[in-house]
Amino acid sequence: MAAKKLNIKDKYRLLTRDLDWEFSYQDRKQAFPFEEFEGIKITDWSQWEDPFRLTMDAYWKYQAEKERKLYAIFDAFAQNNGQLNISDPRYVNALKIFLTGVSPLEYQAFQGFAHTGRQFSGVGARVACQMQAIDELRHVQTQIHAMSHYNKFFDGLQDWSHMHDRVWYLSVPKSFFNDARAAGPFEFMVAIGFSFEYVLTNLLFVPFMSGAAYNGDMATVTFGFSAQSDEARHMTLGLEVIKFLLEQHEDNIPIVQKWIDKWFWRGTRLLTIVAMMMDYMLPNKVMSWKEAWEVYFEEAGGALFKDLARYGIRMPKYADLIEQEKEHISHQAWWTFYTHGHAAGFHTWIPTDEELDWLSEKYPHTFDQYYRPRWELAKAMEAKGERFYTKALPQLCTTCQIPMLFTEMDDPTQIAYRESLYQGERYHFCSDGCKDIFDEEPEKYIHSWLPVHQIFQGQCGGPEVEDILRDYYRMNVGADNLDMKGSPDEARWKLWKGVA
Amino acid sequence: MSKVYIALQDNDESRYLVEAIQADNPTAEILYMPAMIRIEAQNFLVVKRASVEEVMGRDWDVQEIHLNLITLGGNVDEDDEQLTLTWNQ
Amino acid sequence: MPVRAITPDYCGEMKDKVENFHGNQIVYVGWDHHLMFCAAFAYPLPPETPFRVLRDQVMPEAFSLHPQWESIDWEQTTWLLDGAPFVPQLDTGLQAQGIGHKSLLRFQTPELKGYQNAGV
Repeated sequence: MAAKKLNIKDKYRLLTRDLDWEFSYQDRKQAFPFEEFEGIKITDWSQWEDPFRLTMDAYWKYQAEKERKLYAIFDAFAQNNGQLNISDPRYVNALKIFLTGVSPLEYQAFQGFAHTGRQFSGVGARVACQMQAIDELRHVQTQIHAMSHYNKFFDGLQDWSHMHDRVWYLSVPKSFFNDARAAGPFEFMVAIGFSFEYVLTNLLFVPFMSGAAYNGDMATVTFGFSAQSDEARHMTLGLEVIKFLLEQHEDNIPIVQKWIDKWFWRGTRLLTIVAMMMDYMLPNKVMSWKEAWEVYFEEAGGALFKDLARYGIRMPKYADLIEQEKEHISHQAWWTFYTHGHAAGFHTWIPTDEELDWLSEKYPHTFDQYYRPRWELAKAMEAKGERFYTKALPQLCTTCQIPMLFTEMDDPTQIAYRESLYQGERYHFCSDGCKDIFDEEPEKYIHSWLPVHQIFQGQCGGPEVEDILRDYYRMNVGADNLDMKGSPDEARWKLWKGVA
Repeated sequence: MSKVYIALQDNDESRYLVEAIQADNPTAEILYMPAMIRIEAQNFLVVKRASVEEVMGRDWDVQEIHLNLITLGGNVDEDDEQLTLTWNQ
Repeated sequence: MPVRAITPDYCGEMKDKVENFHGNQIVYVGWDHHLMFCAAFAYPLPPETPFRVLRDQVMPEAFSLHPQWESIDWEQTTWLLDGAPFVPQLDTGLQAQGIGHKSLLRFQTPELKGYQNAGV
């Protein structure tokens, strides 16, 4: 007689309970040395439950099917010269940021979850981290495959992993993940599994990817949604981690709250670049950054924190400030890249008149007052043949490593400056959020690899900026950087499309 | 009250999923966006195997939803019969 | 606790101490309410650099792109050094008048309100 088919609850129990073993001749604490130093108290790992109850057999089956669908679309995209069907060649510059800034983070996430999974003594958490590690590896691979097609036709995609390690603005995402991976396993889970996955990756992988579809990029929307379908599992894991930690011991609550405060702030700062990609780099617009923020942070995050209130968890610190900043940060970031377009590995441009009007409409409280005048100035300079590139290097925030471009929300034309003294040395921050993070753990941030300071220390070649770009960053100077107008990307596009 | 939500890729299978979800969650709101369909409901949403099988006219495993899923929000619970999303508030 | 680490008494290496800058110190200079420049600029300078050299020889390269740079009246300009009011001595070295490594200098030109009077 055939064995009765197990239901998914039974299968999950067999995988996550019965596969574990007692340690008879080794000290359990020595086997899991990272489990205690963060101060988190776990009394009973068996309380861990994956709400999807995903087992390895089902995992491989469905992941394989997702991959088959995805690669069929990549093939079709390549075979049909899909790069010619995008809305506008400016769009590809968002992919250059994605490949150099985001895809390497998928690899860091893989490394982080592999390590973290190894360090948990609870088998349910271990299995979940293992699956997530494999997911993240899949994401980096599929992203490289998808964008390799664009690399045949556009500049700036050729040396992304080298650039990730060296280029000044890419130290922002790189250091974000290094910070998380250098933390203990529980902080890593709260940082990446919860704060980043639950609220913040949605903003990249849902509205931005929908925007990719709207701009004719079927390859990117497909890898994006395929990755995000894994993220839906990760989000669920992230929420379970939080609930599990809060239910295990009341002493965990203040520790978890502090991590939530830190990582929501860090994630918000990191997403400044996504804000700019949505508002300025998608020629066909789906929604503004502000609207996306309202749906995925304020509404979805708000619901989440209402749900967690019963554990004594409150909204992340500075949530009120974050709400005000949604009206500003995309404009401040694109202006920063426009004015540093000579040193960026992608092209920048002045928004068209229609785009400026769209921004006015979407940002009625801020755009015409604070940001349109910057573009009027840029237009006036360009008309005189003096396209504006900044001629000195910017001051950076010690924590987030972003140029100190953020302004006071009660005085939006004034840069926000914060500082701390530690052991006689002065450190600068873009915000109270970044200053708090430093003050909490200064020994972690005094060795920030700040690109501007590294250049001045002679660690990045030189002496001229162009030497650094060419030799240290390995950019093709004159092709990868500078304005979209007059770029080889633009010239090739016109040739393909038969326009003068 | 807060919104739970699920977003699906806009494709052939999802059309059946949306039909089944609509039948089981009459107050849910369906939003069509480029390449995706977002379904929102107050505090609770259910996707039932039996309802999906009914509209698809074939066997359907609840875990198959991962093939068309983009994202979701809410506390998840999944077994052989259904997937639910809940906010406890 | 200066860091939460598994290694007892973990200490980070201070990457940006002045000794690493080959005889220079870092000075940041920002023009308040003039956001044509997205952030303050960072300059590596010998500590004995006279303030006049910073203002008249170092700063113009980047700042003079601003259409209002030529209109600045330095007699009317006010300064903040690390957040406190400051009166620069033009012929004294940076370090000698308290401008240290990674000090921030901000200057204000209240009569100049930026491009289109918009703080740009």
